[in-house]
Amino acid sequence: MRRESLLSYLIVGPFAIVLAFPFYWMLMTSLRSDNDLYDIQQVPFKFNADSPTINNYKFLFQETDYLQWLGNTVIVGVVVVGITLVLALPAGYALARLSGRWGQSVGVGIFLTYLVPPTLLFLPLSRVVSDLNLNDRLWSLILVYPSFTVPFSTWLLMGFFKTIPPELEDAALVDGASRLGALTRVVFPLSIPGILTVVIFSFSLVFNEFIYALTFISNSETRTVSSAVPTELIRGDVFYWGALMAATLIPAVPLALLYNAFLNRFIAGFTGGAFR
Amino acid sequence: MASSGRRWQDTFEERRFLAPLLIAPAVVFIVLLVGTPLVLAIYLSLTDATAGSLSGEFVGLRNYLDVWDDENFRRALKNTIIFTIVSQAIVLVCAGFLAHALVRNFRGKWLLRFFILLPWAAPVALSTVGFLWIFHSLYSVVNWTLTHDIFPGGPAFYPYRAINWAFARDFWPGAIQISPIEPIDPPQWLGEPHLAMAAIILIHAWRIIPFATVIFIAGLASMPPEIDDAAKVDGATGLRKFWYVTFPLQLPIALVALLFGIVFTATDITVVQVLTQGGPFNSTQILTTWAYATGINGAALGEGAAISLYLLPPLAIVAILMLWVARKVEVT
Repeated sequence: MRRESLLSYLIVGPFAIVLAFPFYWMLMTSLRSDNDLYDIQQVPFKFNADSPTINNYKFLFQETDYLQWLGNTVIVGVVVVGITLVLALPAGYALARLSGRWGQSVGVGIFLTYLVPPTLLFLPLSRVVSDLNLNDRLWSLILVYPSFTVPFSTWLLMGFFKTIPPELEDAALVDGASRLGALTRVVFPLSIPGILTVVIFSFSLVFNEFIYALTFISNSETRTVSSAVPTELIRGDVFYWGALMAATLIPAVPLALLYNAFLNRFIAGFTGGAFR
Repeated sequence: MASSGRRWQDTFEERRFLAPLLIAPAVVFIVLLVGTPLVLAIYLSLTDATAGSLSGEFVGLRNYLDVWDDENFRRALKNTIIFTIVSQAIVLVCAGFLAHALVRNFRGKWLLRFFILLPWAAPVALSTVGFLWIFHSLYSVVNWTLTHDIFPGGPAFYPYRAINWAFARDFWPGAIQISPIEPIDPPQWLGEPHLAMAAIILIHAWRIIPFATVIFIAGLASMPPEIDDAAKVDGATGLRKFWYVTFPLQLPIALVALLFGIVFTATDITVVQVLTQGGPFNSTQILTTWAYATGINGAALGEGAAISLYLLPPLAIVAILMLWVARKVEVT
């Protein structure tokens, strides 16, 4: 083995173990029986009495509203992704292509709003939501979530459209296509990777969001996963740790896989545009 | 008819009409849903509004002064600063090492990178629930590992003894020195103020290290190979090369990672709200959780808004710094 790769393993290996450990631990815990989990004499790193078992997963899906929460999150996610694409696609394209100097400023301005955190806005929005009678309804989240998916997505798509050579559209225009036709038939097919990135990004933000979901929604049936698990499954003195760990693990792994697949696009989103 | 349709289309496709038309919906939406609540937050912070209504008597800056007089607020402010600075310092060092190691190609890199990315990709609220279990008062795996022989059969090695030997000593400054760990009474991570603070800092560092690492990797990968060759010709290797070549070139992109990290940490509410809810005894309150406790639980909307708006000046500075970095990079 080359000396340099050995060095890489020596650095990356320990970090990978430490960073991934909580997920390994969630998996271990979710597969252990209560007898095993709450016996202080047992070695927690291996399966003991009645373990491994899938009872925790059964409990989670049969005795709690977990499936409903997942469903709620997916519904909100899909609608938010739709709204985000409708708003960010044209804006990103126009900012990349059609406008000059002031377009740059608008782009930067849109990006800066991404820095305004939900923790600054949740108090006034909580009033607005209850004035609109949207409390405890998924519509409140659907209305508010695009406020942080649209700025970043517009920025990301703007960077993406800049990488598609304008000559392609010009050629279509010369061939007699309208600008709209050039867009739908030439540009959008080429920007599928960018669109997918926005879809995954927005979807994972919806799974991530906590403070709006916690403030706007307080009944179990309309909660989303991120706010439901810490509030509905941790209540009073009885903790179902096995089920809790299963509940945290289930959304985390697919999201991580998707993230990993689209990593380079995300980096371009955070550093690209101005940093190319 | 056909010609007028054609003309309409021409007008429509003219740049100065089309571009604003495409951009407008996004801008209007953002102004409505970010701009309006921001203005509303500032307005609320200047009134004595409570949860019952959006309007209240105008009280000027009284809310800002009143919340400042509260001891809990000042602790929250201090904690926000400490959590942000310490966690980001840890992040920068770790991400620096990781990025340098990961930029090379080696077998199994994809899997290791996946493991390293997990903390960033998983929803924060859920992974914090995982840490609730990891730091549990009775069943904490950290404490189990500290107080058990981790090489059963081999030489007896109890990690807590090593830690006591190293850190439970008088010559350390107060912040580093620890009281001896007893196996019979292991550390209460979430029940003791300093340990709870340490736990929060570690979780923040844990979840932002992947983010900073991937941004660093992008920066390293974008360095032109000629620079490597030039450095080699000039005899710069190892630490000297890092200090005189890599570091100055990577500074802007590292700054981007740092600024995002600061925003993500200082404005986060999830980790503290799920892990400690500001406890024990308000010792881990931060600005965001204190604003939530005041504005939502305490129903003092005006004061809550004032508390969270203390975040605005630092955020503005970060935004200005980001633009400055962006401009500097564009020029070079």
